[in-house]
Amino acid sequence: MTGASPMPTIDVLVVGGGSAALCAAIAARRHGATVRLVEQAPVHLRGGNSRHARNFRLLHDEAHWYVPDSYGEDAFLRDLHRVTAGATDEVLARLLIRGSADIAPWLQANGVALQDPRSGVMPHSKRTAFFLGGGKAMINALYATAASIGVEIGYDSEVVALQLDDAHCGEVVIARGGIAGPIVAKAVVLACGGHQADRAWLRESFGDIADGLVIRGTPYVTGRVLRMLLDAGAKPVGDPAQAHIVAVDARGPEVDGGIVTRITAIPYGIVVDRNAKRFHDEGEDARKTHYARWGARIAQCPGQIAYLIMDAAGRARALPTALPPIEADSVAALAAKLELDPQALSATVAGFNDAVRESGTEALVPPKSHGAAALTTPPFAAYPMRPGLTFTHFGVAVDPQMRVLTTDGHLENIFAGGMIMAANVLGRGYLAGLGVTLSAVFGRLAGEEAARHAAR
Amino acid sequence: MPPDDLTDEADRVLRICTACMYCDGLCAVFPAIAGKHDFTPNDLDYLANLCHNCRGCWYACQYAPPHPFAVNLPNALAELRQRSYADYAWPRWLGAGFAANAGVVTAIVGGVTTLTLLATALLVPAEVLFAAHRGAGAFYQVVPWPIMAGAAAAALLWAVISIGVSAISYWRSIAPRASLGATLRALVPALRDIVTLRNLGGGGPGCNDASEKFSQQRRWCHHIMVAGFLASVASTLIAALYHHALAIEAPYPLTSLPVLSGGIGGVAMLIGIGGLLRLERRADRAPSAAAEVRLNLVFLVLLALVAASGLAVLALRDTPAMGLTLSLHLGLVIGSFVVLPVSKAVHGVYRSMALLRAAIDRAVPRPRRGGEE
Ligand SMILES: Cc1cc2nc3c(=O)[nH]c(=O)nc-3n(C[C@H](O)[C@H](O)[C@H](O)COP(=O)(O)OP(=O)(O)OC[C@H]3O[C@@H](n4cnc5c(N)ncnc54)[C@H](O)[C@@H]3O)c2cc1C
Ligand code: HEM
Ligand code: SF4
Ligand code: SF4
Repeated sequence: MTGASPMPTIDVLVVGGGSAALCAAIAARRHGATVRLVEQAPVHLRGGNSRHARNFRLLHDEAHWYVPDSYGEDAFLRDLHRVTAGATDEVLARLLIRGSADIAPWLQANGVALQDPRSGVMPHSKRTAFFLGGGKAMINALYATAASIGVEIGYDSEVVALQLDDAHCGEVVIARGGIAGPIVAKAVVLACGGHQADRAWLRESFGDIADGLVIRGTPYVTGRVLRMLLDAGAKPVGDPAQAHIVAVDARGPEVDGGIVTRITAIPYGIVVDRNAKRFHDEGEDARKTHYARWGARIAQCPGQIAYLIMDAAGRARALPTALPPIEADSVAALAAKLELDPQALSATVAGFNDAVRESGTEALVPPKSHGAAALTTPPFAAYPMRPGLTFTHFGVAVDPQMRVLTTDGHLENIFAGGMIMAANVLGRGYLAGLGVTLSAVFGRLAGEEAARHAAR
Repeated sequence: MPPDDLTDEADRVLRICTACMYCDGLCAVFPAIAGKHDFTPNDLDYLANLCHNCRGCWYACQYAPPHPFAVNLPNALAELRQRSYADYAWPRWLGAGFAANAGVVTAIVGGVTTLTLLATALLVPAEVLFAAHRGAGAFYQVVPWPIMAGAAAAALLWAVISIGVSAISYWRSIAPRASLGATLRALVPALRDIVTLRNLGGGGPGCNDASEKFSQQRRWCHHIMVAGFLASVASTLIAALYHHALAIEAPYPLTSLPVLSGGIGGVAMLIGIGGLLRLERRADRAPSAAAEVRLNLVFLVLLALVAASGLAVLALRDTPAMGLTLSLHLGLVIGSFVVLPVSKAVHGVYRSMALLRAAIDRAVPRPRRGGEE
């Protein structure tokens, strides 16, 4: 030691405050490292998108109290191949799947409570386990555990600069309450999510459509650190213009609306654009995940808005929504409330009703191929819908030690875990519960590797 | 009841919860709202009393303030619960007593106790009152048995009738359409939930008594307090049995059943109450309703006074202070009976009925929903 250093030096600095960051911090601390975690959000809004998650996907060869049946490695990999259409790194995918096998006990050992599938009313799932109380409860438990084992936690702390010499990260500059200060860490884990809340970046990738997008998750995932990494030569993976976009209630908040603004009733009615014209087959896909296909379609509509129109029978089949639907006793009156052309909407509904045959439509373009039922019973109900962005399929490439890759090698002491590197395995598509699994498994691994690096 | 700010807020929050359902494993409230599109005033009365205010869903809520949805379900339901106490009170005018509860309870219990003390002091000759009574019938030398029993019975009868009428009208509001058979089959599961306070368990790990940390303290303190309370009631009943059926007169020896169960019961009550008061002091107030906290505190203090005065009678029964202490205890007991219908006591009745309804509904398979992503 040569005199007192003006900066605090620690073993591992973890950037982020969601499941990836917490798993990294806890894993690194349990490996004996001194750890500081910096979360950009204030304490009451901590937890990134992990706060909005509910369940996670896990490999298991036998039933456990928290998950029935079994879900094997091959089945998991097959599902992943199916949704990504091959846009997955085989080595990392296997690492993820095998790592998911002990993530449930690991999370529980770190204070996270899981839900007994026989309690409550959650859907039956042999592929995923559910957090008791949801993602926020999981986050709370992990923060409590991290604090209790000595992880230093800073809120309102945004990483604003990474100082990179060659492949080595020296200072990390953290802004807190308008004051920026450097930290030096032997290893840095970047677990600060993707860039889905950065509208400027979205505009670069999506053009004008970006302004019509609702950001479903936290506003604090801005991608600032991801940009710094790329600027410093990190190798990108995926495509920032590929995203998981779902149909959400247009009346919900612009950002952070989470799960409850999702509109899942599309198969029970018809969807029109702001000219009161139908534009796609509402019966094409009646699977539970159909809403994830409608996001991109609504994004292509003029003004990025569309309207789900149902009658009373359709509404009765729909799941309850956070905001009650807009209702009226006639189609024309409904149109007026929606500020659509009443005549145009009446004509569309009448044309649809005339074309309805047993469970489908005849000579209608576009058709409603399944579950078509005439809209006749008042009150009529409508949801205005917008495209809601969950995450983009874009991030930095990593190796199996979670080291950030550059075009000709890897950064020496920077590790990445979670959504920031998800596109390595999830180049396209989505599987329910994969977001948290990915963050927990790779976050934990990044933390362990960082601690190992710091101990060298 | 026409919609107003409280029902509108509960309706707004419950809609968000039905769309979310992340908390469905925490307690009985969430399965009870699953799949519901609308909430009637009767639904709200049911849900308000089904909630045990465990605060689990406050700490677990992804939409808690400062999120713009500002979801605070425990608070919304606690406000409604408080109002339901007033709405279902019988006679109707009694409902007003919940608003200024501390004043009403202090005035009535204080008045009854003072009257009892005064009557004792004025009617009982000093040499009897301040004598150290020993042996059979000593208590009744101070306050004659028929007066003692009569006054207490009259006050209790009032409480039972008042709370009973309220309970019937509450059940009429919330009762599900279910056959008698289905209702009877639900009795045992309901009783289990009532006795174990399962819904104060946060679905397993415990509730958020004072903070984000899970604990079972509130539940255990309540159990200890209720057990103590039941032991004290048992002590009174056994004493009545001794007196009437066996013709053994009080005071009974220290090792006798009435004295043992009364003594242990009183101490247990004080321990439980102490624990609950401590938790009330430390708790985060955001998820509770101010009126409910006041109601809790008033009832806790009242129970503590009754328990402490009962223990004092036991401790001082061989001394000249026995007479006045006994009279004080009696006054407090009778006063408590009188205010029972405007006290926290009603929560047990409404909650038990809400739990019965939940148990009936549970027998019917619930809609499962897609809450994952
Ligand atoms: C509405 C919704 C529902 C979802 N439901 C599920 C589900 O049920 N199951 C599932 O598996 N997945 C779900 N997901 C996806 C899942 O939430 C994410 O994939 C996962 O939580 C990502 O975790 P993470 O830790 O990598 O990122 P995040 O949880 O997003 O955390 C990123 C963190 O980094 C912080 N941060 C960002 N920039 C900086 C900076 N410069 N300095 C400091 N800190 C910074 C942020 O504040 C944030 O705390 C859902 C997502 C959404 C939006
Ligand atoms: C009949 C079944 C009963 C049930 C289901 C029940 C349930 C509950 C619950 C859930 C609470 C915590 C939430 C709240 O403050 O309202 C509570 C609090 C309380 N109960 Fe009960 N209870 C029952 C019987 C009793 C009895 C017999 C007593 C008196 C001896 C009692 C006295 C209290 C008191 C004083 C509180 C307030 C404690 C505090 O400040 O947190 N309860 N009860
Ligand atoms: S997380 Fe919030 S909105 Fe969702 S069920 Fe729980 S309390 Fe309701
Ligand atoms: S406070 Fe507890 S009992 Fe009340 S609704 Fe929330 S989780 Fe259920």
